[in-house]
Amino acid sequence: MNMLQTLWHYAPLLLSGAGVTLWTWLLGSVLGLAIGASVALLRRLPVRPLQWVLRIYIEIIRGTPFLLQLFLLYSGGPSIGIRLSALTAGVVCLGVHAGAYFAEVFRAGFEGLPKGQIEAASSFGMTSFQILYRISLPTMLVAIFPSIVSILISLSKETVILSIITVPNLMYQVQSMTVETYSAFSGIAALAVFYWVFVECVARFSALIEYRLTLFARRDSAEVRA
Amino acid sequence: MQFGVIIDAFPYLLQASIATIGYTASGIVVGAALAIVVCAARFANSILFQRAALAYVSFCRGVPLLVMLMLIFYLLPLIGILVPASVSAVLALGLCTSGYLAEMLRGSLTAIPRGQAEAAQAFGMTGIDTWRRVLLPQAIRTCLPQVIGEFIALMKASSLISVIGISELTRVSMNIAADTYRPLEAYIGAGIFYLAINLCLAGLGTLAERHFSRGIIA
Repeated sequence: MNMLQTLWHYAPLLLSGAGVTLWTWLLGSVLGLAIGASVALLRRLPVRPLQWVLRIYIEIIRGTPFLLQLFLLYSGGPSIGIRLSALTAGVVCLGVHAGAYFAEVFRAGFEGLPKGQIEAASSFGMTSFQILYRISLPTMLVAIFPSIVSILISLSKETVILSIITVPNLMYQVQSMTVETYSAFSGIAALAVFYWVFVECVARFSALIEYRLTLFARRDSAEVRA
Repeated sequence: MQFGVIIDAFPYLLQASIATIGYTASGIVVGAALAIVVCAARFANSILFQRAALAYVSFCRGVPLLVMLMLIFYLLPLIGILVPASVSAVLALGLCTSGYLAEMLRGSLTAIPRGQAEAAQAFGMTGIDTWRRVLLPQAIRTCLPQVIGEFIALMKASSLISVIGISELTRVSMNIAADTYRPLEAYIGAGIFYLAINLCLAGLGTLAERHFSRGIIA
């Protein structure tokens, strides 16, 4: 059998693997964004012990490898009563991991906001929720969009690691295919090309969105010049 | 929880940490060598070289380390090169990081005003002298913080080479977990060592930054 026939023969398996990869990526991203945003907001509260706890969370997650965190949750968890399936453990771990990185990005976004805008909004009589919703978040999201995308891209690459704890994702299925066909290289090479194309597409697409999002800045500066 | 496990495992984890640092440093060296070549290709006059360098960078950044590792691990024997797994590991780490390093180097080189190279030339410096005395010292200084960040990121990513049986920090902690039936403690121990290495690298990075920016006022 040649390469294409082999891939065709294993297509259902590979497709289900691709589905799991995409699904874990999406769930992990959503969970990560939720955790990151909440942590960033909570860090703005003037409660010292809470700040320490959140700081420790961020430092530990950012200071240790994802694989180790995965092992800690999946194989270390049962000894303190946390029993999760491989898939759940994988998604939770992705979310908690990405959450720490997102939290730092959000924090930088909050700190980068021009103070004058917030003061102006509050002197217009906006409530603090209105300021957050109408002034801070929109301005901030545009500014941190590139960083968020780069975390999303590296998260998509981290999903590969879930195959090590037997989450049946694309990497896992490719490996089981190569075991059956005795040709390890071609399957892995196809996988590498798949990821390359995928990441390149995400990067191009997000560059397009970023261009649209920052059109207003260019328009303003064009007016100033005119 | 029995923290005695961590204390018993201390010597093994320490040894494994040294292996982790060694593999990371070798990966960075290989990666830096590749990055300089790739960066030179990106500044080359030939469009072909530029395109090739661009494709290489996008490939390195697009392929996950685990996939890259498997690719090299299976490719080398296929083309008749039989080397120990450690060589594959260092190559994979180097390849993965070279794309990022090349981009950092390119960023700091393009940030240097063109006039400086022209002024150096006007003073009669040769091309190599211009690079060695004007361009590289400045480029190294501006990209150093990013390179240190990349070093730390690669150190964490090097946990993946445990998959091909290299006994570094993650692998050793897996073995300890299997020996003692205490996975939680073993992985917490490894995590402590990773954090410690992280702190050391960050500290060394600050020292290096200070060293390279001596004589510069803000």
